[in-house]
Amino acid sequence: MNLISVGLAVVAAAALVGATAGALAQARTRPLVAGAATAVVGLGGVLAGVAALGGQTWSLTIANLLPLAETTFAVDALSGAFLVLIGAVAITAGIYSVGYTSPGGAHATDEDDAAPGHDEVVAHDGVDAHDDVPGPAKAAASRTAQAVLPLFAAAMLLVPAAASVSTLLVLWELMALTSLVLVLAEHRLRRSVRDAGLWYAGMTHAGLVAIMLGLVVLAAGAGGESFAAMRAGSAGLSPATASCVFLLVFLGFGSKAGMVPLHVWLPRAHPEAPSHVSALMSAAMVTLGVYGIIRVGFDLLGGGDGWWWLVVLAVGAVSALYGVLQASVAADLKRLLAYSTTENVGLMLIGIGAAGVFAAEGNRVLAGLLLAAAVLHAVNHAAFKALLFFGAGSVLRSTGLRDLDRLGGLVSRMPVTTALFAVGALGAAGLPAGNGFVSEWLLLQGLIHSVTGATAPSVVVALSMPLAVAVVALTAGLGVATFVKAFGVGFLARPRSVAATGATESPLSMRVGMGLAAAACTVLALAPAVAGAPLGRLLDVLPSVRGGAPLARSDVSLRLAGIAGSMSPLLIVVGLLVAALGAAALVRRVTRGAPRRATPVWGGGSTRLSPRMEYTATSFAEPLTRVFDDVLRPEKDIDVTPFAESEFLIASISYRQRVPDRVEARLYPPLLAAVGRWGQWSRGIANGSVHRYLAYGFIGLLVVLVVVGITS
Amino acid sequence: MTAAGVVGVLVQLAVVVGGAPLLVGLMRQVRAVLEGRAGAGIGQPWRDLRKLLKKEAIRPEGTSWVFTSGPLVLFASTLVIAAVAPFVSTASPLDGVADLFAMVSLLLLGTVALTLAGLDTGTAFGGMGSSREVTIAALAEPTILLAGFALSARVGSSNLADIVAGTLAAPAQVLSPATLLAAVAFAVVVIAEAGRLPVDNPATHLELTMIHEAMILEYAGRDLAVVELASAMRLTVLLGLSVNLFVPWGVATSSAPLALLGATAVFALKVGLLGAVLATFEVFIAKWRLFRVPELLAGSFLFGLLAVSASFFLA
Repeated sequence: MNLISVGLAVVAAAALVGATAGALAQARTRPLVAGAATAVVGLGGVLAGVAALGGQTWSLTIANLLPLAETTFAVDALSGAFLVLIGAVAITAGIYSVGYTSPGGAHATDEDDAAPGHDEVVAHDGVDAHDDVPGPAKAAASRTAQAVLPLFAAAMLLVPAAASVSTLLVLWELMALTSLVLVLAEHRLRRSVRDAGLWYAGMTHAGLVAIMLGLVVLAAGAGGESFAAMRAGSAGLSPATASCVFLLVFLGFGSKAGMVPLHVWLPRAHPEAPSHVSALMSAAMVTLGVYGIIRVGFDLLGGGDGWWWLVVLAVGAVSALYGVLQASVAADLKRLLAYSTTENVGLMLIGIGAAGVFAAEGNRVLAGLLLAAAVLHAVNHAAFKALLFFGAGSVLRSTGLRDLDRLGGLVSRMPVTTALFAVGALGAAGLPAGNGFVSEWLLLQGLIHSVTGATAPSVVVALSMPLAVAVVALTAGLGVATFVKAFGVGFLARPRSVAATGATESPLSMRVGMGLAAAACTVLALAPAVAGAPLGRLLDVLPSVRGGAPLARSDVSLRLAGIAGSMSPLLIVVGLLVAALGAAALVRRVTRGAPRRATPVWGGGSTRLSPRMEYTATSFAEPLTRVFDDVLRPEKDIDVTPFAESEFLIASISYRQRVPDRVEARLYPPLLAAVGRWGQWSRGIANGSVHRYLAYGFIGLLVVLVVVGITS
Repeated sequence: MTAAGVVGVLVQLAVVVGGAPLLVGLMRQVRAVLEGRAGAGIGQPWRDLRKLLKKEAIRPEGTSWVFTSGPLVLFASTLVIAAVAPFVSTASPLDGVADLFAMVSLLLLGTVALTLAGLDTGTAFGGMGSSREVTIAALAEPTILLAGFALSARVGSSNLADIVAGTLAAPAQVLSPATLLAAVAFAVVVIAEAGRLPVDNPATHLELTMIHEAMILEYAGRDLAVVELASAMRLTVLLGLSVNLFVPWGVATSSAPLALLGATAVFALKVGLLGAVLATFEVFIAKWRLFRVPELLAGSFLFGLLAVSASFFLA
């Protein structure tokens, strides 16, 4: 009995049972049923993934499940890594959702508080009329949302196990549809939810079309739609066809991964979805785009040309920089996290792109290291991003606020959430003792060793790698600024609004979910060397980077195999702890433990500082907004209202600043307008006459026959 | 880990912790003499620390554990760098613990601890200082990593002992274009990270111009003592890294007692000299406007990029 099959059977069974039970259960027990089912689905995924990373493989073909095609599953170490990642996120999200969707928390009727930055709030009397369950919990606890949650987790887990084009596409679409339902859970509360749903549906389906086109061309050229047939047949493709396939697939998977300029759905959908769904989407689903790029590029197409990967590298660099810049000036906590996802996907793409460039040049050591760094970063990102979205969700549930400018003071009101959010923020900022640091370090090591190979570096490498290092470094620096802002302004100091003053700690299940994610972050931060052997097995799946483990096993340090470089996250943390505790003890001894006297903060001469005088997220990011003015182009409005008596007597001044997404504002309106015009134009063709439609059908058939006649 | 290696690490820690306030005192004294003042003597920072330790510590209302732990994290992160970097000896048993990139991140961790503490006070000053400090740190990060890239390129490793040993083995490297360009880039970043003129004025308490001082305004007594000591150590560590990366001569390559003694003396001399030069330089310039600082950092970033390109093409 194969452990992978057991795990995946658990996934499928728990999803079906959970969906049925979630649909039938009473409102009172629904959160528990759906949450538990999702956690069990995740557990099955982790089980299967660990077995696959341990070296087991498994495949299954079911003949008559889908029309016209066999349903094929196969799990190898690459699938295993993503099974573990998604499964772990699903476990924590399942546990977290029990508390998040149960009654309690802030009343979303304080709409001016609950919907920062959104102009219009739709009436929601129909939602709250039945009982006293408040808005967000009630919406996320609806029968539909709860029944779909385990299905969504299971669909995500089965995507990396799919081993044929039709299976992959069906599961991909199932994942997209279930997540869309979940994004729309709160659609009655805010109009922006519907808007977000529309954008998400549009982007994900455009992506699906691109993936489908690419894979269909590949399957036709390779002579079979199972991955095994495509792997065998892809060598026979002409370079032009292979490049076309790769670019289409890259575009399609990239839209799911949230790379610039296809990232526009992330900052809309992630903030509007219920928080456990945001975590599932941002931490787990987005990385499936990365999985798809690795699977098709490195595995099915066998590595491909160097320039493909330069494109990936360039797109990754732009995504990382643009994502982190937008995140560093965002004032909406969940929007900030969504842009940070774009940034981290950018970093993964930089790793993958550089790995592809080196693989095409035959440098397997660096290619292996960089690909391992990218996958490890995906895992690290999943851990800290799930935790951060959980933290943001706890704040949202407790205060009804996502707007950092109105938060603050949570450190004394929600101590556990604050501490756990700090762990996640440390990981996301890429600082020592956080888990993001390890994978960013590996990425940098891979990039800087491009010079020191046995052969002189090619011009392409010599030009692109320094820029990539600069991008990673600037991204890391701005990432620090972003998360100092998110944590420092959002959680510390004094509350900036009434809602934040009334914050209370979250229910136990939410704290447990966050605690598990924080534990995962800590393990990944302190003992990354345990990932060495599984990552080696993962690389062995891919023909162009096969051979050699990138990380040599050692006791406490992270040593790179094949090139010089070592670092010990564990010893650094131990050193930090010893130094800090030693210094604290010494100072205490010298001062004989005199307690600190509590005093009011210094007000610069005035007696009382009001919370309105505190720095806000917007003011904190002002220097960065100013430095990167040319890129961000913030919109500023100053309204000066004078008294009626004299225009020189000012009654009030209002200042508004918005940082719109410039890529979205510049690229999409013309595109959407063009599509609209096309639609208008084609209305003329379809005028309702049956004769015309028959003629169109006839002409269409003729064209197909002619094309077939010419090409075959 | 041999006993001699442990002794080397302890010597290094003692030099950095004990010498850091003296370095600050020396720089103030040089400035004072050049400006025609008598100066307080180079031992004054140590006397200040002793005084601060006797004073009462304060916990501003509304602050949390982030405020009280800020100084300790700053101190600890600097101490770890002081233990790992090859200031006195390249034969340190701890060399594999952190490379140049990890040290840059540790410096950043210290910065973050103070910026969060500044935000935690909930005052406009604290927020202002934090915002400015973190902006400068974010913009300095690419430069310092690029300079590190250029230096590590020629030895194929970013571990500092390898870089220092590589330069010792091939002295002509110091005059290569890559190293010179990297040195310029590194110098600007060190000035920015250490909060010296023209980026920040360490002597000012004028509200609108300060960065570092604004963040730590609420600290008093022993907490302020730890912040002051850690800041001085940070300056020492940054200057020590600069001299040993670009002028490594005198660093011991073994852990023999005599070699360590000689290397300690040479290290103190080199850092003291560099500190004096920096202080002299500071006499002649004024602090820049905050929004001109990014221009300075962008310039140094360009130098860093040129250094890396030079290491590829002119190697």
